[in-house]
Amino acid sequence: MEHIRTTKILHHHIASVEKLALTTSGCPLVIQCKNFRIVHFIVPRERDCHDIYNSLLQLSKQAKYEDLYAFSYNPKQNDSERLQGWQLIDLAEEYKRMGVPNSNWQLSDANREYKICETYPRELYVPRIASKPIIVGSSKFRSKGRFPVLSYYHQDKEAAICRCSQPLSGFSARCLEDEHLLQAISKANPVNRYMYVMDTRPKLNAMANRAAGKGYENEDNYSNIRFQFVGIENIHVMRSSLQKLLEVNGTKGLSVNDFYSGLESSGWLRHIKAVMDAAIFLAKAIMVENASVLVHCSDGWDRTSQVCSLGSLLLDSYYRTVKGFMVLIEKDWIAFGHKFSERCGHLDGDPKEVSPVFTQFLECVWHLTEQFPQAFEFNEAFLLQIHEHIHSCQFGNFLGNCQKEREELKLKEKTYSLWPFLLDDLKKYLNPIYNSQSQRFTVLEPSTVSFNFKFWRNMYHQFDRTLHPRQSVFNIIMNMNEQNKQLEKDIKELESKIKQCKNKQTDDILTKELLHSIHPESPTLKSSLCFKEQTLLPVNDALRTIEGSNPTDNRYSDYAEEFSKAEPAVVSLEYGVARMTC
Amino acid sequence: MEFSELIRTGRAQAELLRGPEAPPLRGTLCVTSHHLLLSPGTEASPDLWLLLLRSVDSIEKRVAGDSGTITLRCKDLRVLQLDIEGVEATLDIARSIEGLRLGDAWHFHPPERYYQRVARETNAWRLSEVNEDFSLCPSYPRALIVPRSVDDHALARSAGFRQGGRFPVLSYHHAPNGTALLRSSQPLTGPQKRRCAEDEELLRAVLVGARPGARGFIIDTRSAQAAKQARMTGGGTEAKAAYPGWKRLHRPLERGRPLQESFVRLVEACGDLEQSMDRWLSRLEGCRWLEHVKEALSTACLAAQGMEREGACILVHGAEGTDSTLLVTSLAQLILDPLSRTMDGFQELVEREWIQAGHPFQLRCAHSAFSHARPKHEAPTFLLFLDCVWQLGRQFPLSLEFGEGLLLALFEHAYASPFGSFLCNSEKERGLCEVRTRTHSLWSGLNQPKEQRKLRNPLYALNPLAIWPSVEPQSLRLWQGLFLRWTRPPEPSETAWEKVWQIVTDSEKTEGSA
Repeated sequence: MEHIRTTKILHHHIASVEKLALTTSGCPLVIQCKNFRIVHFIVPRERDCHDIYNSLLQLSKQAKYEDLYAFSYNPKQNDSERLQGWQLIDLAEEYKRMGVPNSNWQLSDANREYKICETYPRELYVPRIASKPIIVGSSKFRSKGRFPVLSYYHQDKEAAICRCSQPLSGFSARCLEDEHLLQAISKANPVNRYMYVMDTRPKLNAMANRAAGKGYENEDNYSNIRFQFVGIENIHVMRSSLQKLLEVNGTKGLSVNDFYSGLESSGWLRHIKAVMDAAIFLAKAIMVENASVLVHCSDGWDRTSQVCSLGSLLLDSYYRTVKGFMVLIEKDWIAFGHKFSERCGHLDGDPKEVSPVFTQFLECVWHLTEQFPQAFEFNEAFLLQIHEHIHSCQFGNFLGNCQKEREELKLKEKTYSLWPFLLDDLKKYLNPIYNSQSQRFTVLEPSTVSFNFKFWRNMYHQFDRTLHPRQSVFNIIMNMNEQNKQLEKDIKELESKIKQCKNKQTDDILTKELLHSIHPESPTLKSSLCFKEQTLLPVNDALRTIEGSNPTDNRYSDYAEEFSKAEPAVVSLEYGVARMTC
Repeated sequence: MEFSELIRTGRAQAELLRGPEAPPLRGTLCVTSHHLLLSPGTEASPDLWLLLLRSVDSIEKRVAGDSGTITLRCKDLRVLQLDIEGVEATLDIARSIEGLRLGDAWHFHPPERYYQRVARETNAWRLSEVNEDFSLCPSYPRALIVPRSVDDHALARSAGFRQGGRFPVLSYHHAPNGTALLRSSQPLTGPQKRRCAEDEELLRAVLVGARPGARGFIIDTRSAQAAKQARMTGGGTEAKAAYPGWKRLHRPLERGRPLQESFVRLVEACGDLEQSMDRWLSRLEGCRWLEHVKEALSTACLAAQGMEREGACILVHGAEGTDSTLLVTSLAQLILDPLSRTMDGFQELVEREWIQAGHPFQLRCAHSAFSHARPKHEAPTFLLFLDCVWQLGRQFPLSLEFGEGLLLALFEHAYASPFGSFLCNSEKERGLCEVRTRTHSLWSGLNQPKEQRKLRNPLYALNPLAIWPSVEPQSLRLWQGLFLRWTRPPEPSETAWEKVWQIVTDSEKTEGSA
């Protein structure tokens, strides 16, 4: 039995199913997954293939939330454990940590019943001097009612990151309440009187929006604002950019030149750099100029979430811890209404709403971990695992498009939260060389020179085992670290025992005994690790295990056709019937 | 300079005192390249007394009257005293021991040393000194490993049939299945399709020596067309009919000026901090450097695969056999041979397969990427090799005993160095320039204990398997540590590396104390 490897693919992970032309060995079926796995099946009989194809099409596209995996997933926890899991991340606690409410910022009850803005959370923090009528007035002047609210408060600088959607300014419309609210935000910063308004869209897009009665702030109407476009493209551009990237990478026998020209023409890294540049602009405004910043895009739930969360991550080392990163996602993405269900295509819906906005955020974080290998408590596997679960629909966190919808779905009663499950496996996600003490990492100042952006192979090829390093440094360091801790503990224990024994003056016999009680698993680390190939990623998933590397894995056979014994071209990666789990 | 030159005196009469317990020994004292030897007179015990010179930790000499005393303190804590007749003899012996006990890194890696290993594995090969005076091949070292059944006369004939006299010689013997990797230059078939019976016999002997019925592949690092064209200028490639059992494969590798230009364009692109993402990616593509990395690695994998999986012997050559040829043979060894992935083994590989094999460092590395001088013979073939090794190290981070630091050091020293190792273009030239007596060897410089932390890979663990790298473009990376060394902040990655070292040393420490 142990020789049979089963490949499990969640129905929710299926992005597309394709039936290719019949071949002599059978009917090929190609499944592309949202986690970038591509599986080729060869089904011997065409009718079977057709049946599988149809079933998969149906199963991968659910019409109702209630049919998603999370509603049937049962990890055998009782209700109180489930609730505890959901309470792990407490945003009120997080605002307290930031230092609000305080003399300048307060909790507003304006949206307690989702009356002003359906896609915002109930609890919103606003400047103390902004009265309710001002808030209500401003919300009417903002797309989808998403008026400016606090996203992050920088305690030392007393400066704030605020977020909202675009104003309904059209070509000339004004709103006094909105102007008041912005003024209140800049007044809430005692150090600096001017504030930045960052429109994260390209200027052209923002101008085009004016024709539809939307648009951007006119500097003349708002006192003390400095307006800035940063030019991140919209969800449609991002979707097709990723599409192109995946097409290039899926090419068989890809040449180096085609890879790089494909990487260039997809524009993917250019977009990643744009997001990163925006976050750096934001962080600098706060650190260098001490200015508060208001961030928006169109609706304020895609690019705005990217820039606010990434900016906070640069500024605050707490968000670079495991727990802090969870908080950050809960706050700037989940609570502020990033439309996870639409962007990830959880339900059968408008394919034009699907976009890898959150994936881009994770990639930006990955780039930061590459530039600052010691600044993050978590590792790459943590990012990959989160990415896995925004699509898996196994946990409730990412279902729905805003808090109101989630409450209506009763997710906290019917589904489980992802975070406690990640914490249970914390060891897998820790960065062994994390340095929480270093002063140099309080504020990250990444370089965005183009060559610092690399293709994230471990994300987009996470299942293509032949492309990855065959040995993992991570595992070995992690193990050593663990062992060091254990051994140090043993040493201390032994020392204290020896001390005790000496006090009792019965040293001779007891020390001998003690010497035998030394931790039995004395490390044979090096010898045990070197003969087998290493798992690339610490995620303990058999599918990601690198098996003995051999030349055919690497398709040198392409180069070695001349060898008479060259193996026949392998058409399918995996034979057999898929076992589906749900 | 040979070891024997360090031996100042042939022999002397001496008495050896080995401490109060053992009886003194009298006899004739001899210093050889590696040993101190005392041969007692015939009437006493016939056994020789031997001391490995490298085990000498310190040496002290005293002369009084017409005799002298040398006190040797050994690394194994023994203290030995030699009473020697004659002041001159005492001083000479002391000097010889002093000179030899340190070992001379110049003699650390000659082909002879590699032959010792081959000889333990098989007797199909012999060490030939046919090139003793460099008359057969000016770019080869004095000693070469050749099939046992081929005599020096045949070698000379074969040399006459190969460009620059570079007849096929053993580069690597793959002990697990007895196959061999050879290198040479192109045969001088010319437009008349000349043949050379001795050359054919040599390659036939290689197959016979490996295994009855063994096959061979000739990997020509030029395209089939270029190889054919070479006939017009007197070169060419092996005719199928003339070499039964051998099959030719063409794997064109870039070399010479196009490779230099690729290097120059990459370095230019890496110097531009302001360029847009699109511009950077298009320059990275346009310079084609990573394409060259991929091709070099693929060809080396092909050679290695042929040996390991097909049980075939491999001969690699291009035109001169001093550039791409060495790239392929040295990389194939790294892939197959765990010993070449150790610190010592890799240094030996560089010495044997690049320096001694006659890669013309002086010509190739005269200028680097910034020079305005019109490139004539410059080409970063050796750098390409280092880059490929770096890629191997990235894909098998636990399998190389050395780290990026050693590769960077080799790159630096190849282009400019206070040491003599990379001087000149061949062993012959190095001899004429007296490089060995007038300069120091790089290896003795690098192997100082204080350098080790920079050069070693703290996570190394012997991996007895072949390491097959992925050559897909997604798996190859720009070597930032080299090409962006001066443009990116090195600090975070360096402190991270320091942290890894610390964990490893802690680990060793705690293991020790527990």
